[in-house]
Amino acid sequence: MSSSKRVGGLKGVLHEVLSYKSAVIGVAILLFLIVLSVYTMVTIPLPEAIQAWRSSEAWSRNPRNAQPEWVEIFYGKKLPRTIIVPLKDADATKVLLEDGRLAASWTVYFNYEYDDFPSEIVIFFNSSYSEKPAVEIYWIRPDGEEVFLKKHVLRRPDDRLYLSNDLSLELRLEGLFENKVGGKPSFMVTVEKGLFAEYSLDPRVLKGRYGIRFETTLEKNDVLNAEVVIYGSVYGLAGTDHLRRPLLIGLLWGTPIAMSFGLTSAILTTVLSLIIGTISGWYGGKIDLVIQRIVEINAVLPFLPILIMLTTFYRIDLLIILLSVVVLSIFSLGIKGTRILVMQIKSYPYIEAAQAYGASNMRLILFYVIPKILPPVVPGMISSVPGFVFLEAGLSYLGLGDPFLPTWGKIINDAQTNGAFYKGMYYWVLEPAFMLILTSIAFALIGMALEKIVNPKLKEL
Amino acid sequence: MIPKGFLKFVAKRTVLLLISLVIAVYISILLANFGGLIDEMVKSDLMMSITMNVRNNPAYQGLTASERQKIIDSLYQSALEARGLNTPFLIRSLYHLKNALTLDLGTALYLTSDSGSKQVRLIILERLPQTIMLFTTVTIINFFTNLLGGLLIARKYGSKIDRVIAALAPTSVIPGWVYGIFLILIFYTWLHLLPPGGLVDYPPPKDPLIYFLSVLKHMVLPMLSWIIAGLFLGIYSNRTFFLIFSTEDYVEVAKAKGLPPRQVDMGYVLRPTLPSIVTGLSLAIIGSWGGAIITETVFDWPGLGRLLSAALSYPDPPVIVGEVAIYAWLLTLTVLTLDIVYAFLDPRVRVWGG
Repeated sequence: MSSSKRVGGLKGVLHEVLSYKSAVIGVAILLFLIVLSVYTMVTIPLPEAIQAWRSSEAWSRNPRNAQPEWVEIFYGKKLPRTIIVPLKDADATKVLLEDGRLAASWTVYFNYEYDDFPSEIVIFFNSSYSEKPAVEIYWIRPDGEEVFLKKHVLRRPDDRLYLSNDLSLELRLEGLFENKVGGKPSFMVTVEKGLFAEYSLDPRVLKGRYGIRFETTLEKNDVLNAEVVIYGSVYGLAGTDHLRRPLLIGLLWGTPIAMSFGLTSAILTTVLSLIIGTISGWYGGKIDLVIQRIVEINAVLPFLPILIMLTTFYRIDLLIILLSVVVLSIFSLGIKGTRILVMQIKSYPYIEAAQAYGASNMRLILFYVIPKILPPVVPGMISSVPGFVFLEAGLSYLGLGDPFLPTWGKIINDAQTNGAFYKGMYYWVLEPAFMLILTSIAFALIGMALEKIVNPKLKEL
Repeated sequence: MIPKGFLKFVAKRTVLLLISLVIAVYISILLANFGGLIDEMVKSDLMMSITMNVRNNPAYQGLTASERQKIIDSLYQSALEARGLNTPFLIRSLYHLKNALTLDLGTALYLTSDSGSKQVRLIILERLPQTIMLFTTVTIINFFTNLLGGLLIARKYGSKIDRVIAALAPTSVIPGWVYGIFLILIFYTWLHLLPPGGLVDYPPPKDPLIYFLSVLKHMVLPMLSWIIAGLFLGIYSNRTFFLIFSTEDYVEVAKAKGLPPRQVDMGYVLRPTLPSIVTGLSLAIIGSWGGAIITETVFDWPGLGRLLSAALSYPDPPVIVGEVAIYAWLLTLTVLTLDIVYAFLDPRVRVWGG
């Protein structure tokens, strides 16, 4: 029954593969990953992705080490997103003073309805001035109370004011807090908590409409714009890392990289080692002897260290790594099996017939022998993909992968070296690990199903 | 009486394997030295330090620039000679080869052992126990769990547990270090039960018993990661292997005779498969002696893998070559021994016959 289906070609094989439930899951995951890869390559072109991944400025408005938004399910509360409050020069109310200068004032409101405190507050200025303006900043709480924050003289036109790091502000807020509550609160009054907490002994967010007021005196042609960025603690689908980069970019781009690396290495390795094994078995004699020695030499050399030396010797990029992997893998011990098989096939009648009408060795190998021994190795080829995917991830994890590309292994490495284990930033490790596992399981499931089709004895077991 | 053909086979096999060994070690020497580039790096380092020394030496302050240069040159030449760096790399590489093959491993360029020695032999010996303690142990544990598991499941062929194992087999494509990362997340980050890595608590306990227990505690997660990684596929493939063998006629006959399952397993299933089992075990044990670079990095485990990755990142060729040479020798000897033993014992692979 199965053989009649296999005659039906690729379609028949696919039909038979899909009769296994596990293979259906594998194919579904694989399709998903392919769609994801194509989507990634179309929406974020590689040069852009690399540039964005390596630039720190592009992400200055992202929270640092933010968890993905969906973790709220586990916390059961609404975690803060990043709020950007713009203060545009045009929106200011300006009053002409006697000395010809302008007294400018802005009041901007925003709603804060989250159940947790923001992670950081930074004011980004963007101004042009003839004399450095001094800006007074006030905070307006939802109950209307106004708190003076700070008088800040701009140091440069694009000055940044890191409110969270302001120790004197923190102390002032703490004092204010103790006054209002009439005692020492149970928590550390940081700048964020001092600004956003209810006046009570326990840390509770005061929800509602907050306001920020800027007051300054400007020269006539001065322009002052600013953005108050209230960083949240969650970001997007995948969160951010220590450099505020959205992990989603790395996770997305990791997909085509891992898939292409795994598939290309698997196909090249399988086909090339099949050809080498065939040559070894077909010609025998000296060629066979040499190939067998190379196989033995290759077996004696430890794979990973030699691979690392090869790649660092040339240049570490994905293509060199791929070629090195293939070179080191094609002379595997599997050649011995192919060789024996070819020796048997060599004496089959149809080969003798072809030889009789004068087919060349090359023709015999490529069109008579390889097609016969190729199908049984296809399952092994598919099953070998995860190994190559994890190899690339492992190299990246060791810091020996392609230095430019964002890959899953590199994200795991970043996570570990930046204390994800210690600080409990699960998402940072689990997301790339999940993608790795998804990819490898898909290929493993399909490979195992193919194995059963090609090797019917396994099917009975 | 040892047949003559057998001796010939042994001699031929030995020569061929030794040739492979020599070439393999030579390739690793060339690669580890970046084809001679490392010598050039060492030379320029030497030149630099000699120049600095002469410049900063008050005794030479009064000399003119050309006189000083002369002193620098002569010092540099004698330093080159002292290190043998004045001979071209190709010839030096042959010396390296001779030394590596005789396991005269020399001194490291940069790395030192914890006791402060630059002897490659000592550096390697210092790391070897940790690697054997962890990876050889876990390899043996894995091997026997999978073997026994396979036998048991083969006997319960078609049962629920058999199907569960078969369904979980694909999880073994995930390598040990990835499981290691999960285990650290669970047992360290979440539960605070076990340390995330290292060999022993800090500061190291004075009492040997407590020290031992602390090391044991640090071994739990790395070992577990490798056990989980190998478990299901290991059991599954052993089970399939045994099932294929147990459909043989002689097994059916043994069962029909009413022999207890244990006896059938031991005498009729396990015995004919013994050669491949022994081969598998011995190669796995040798393989474990190289340590595991990635797992040791994940768990910050001071074994041979970490040593190798440190040597690779410097790069420190003598240490790299030393490790590769030891590994290559062990593997070659094991393969040779196995070849000879099987050729002698197993009539089916009696290769030397006519």
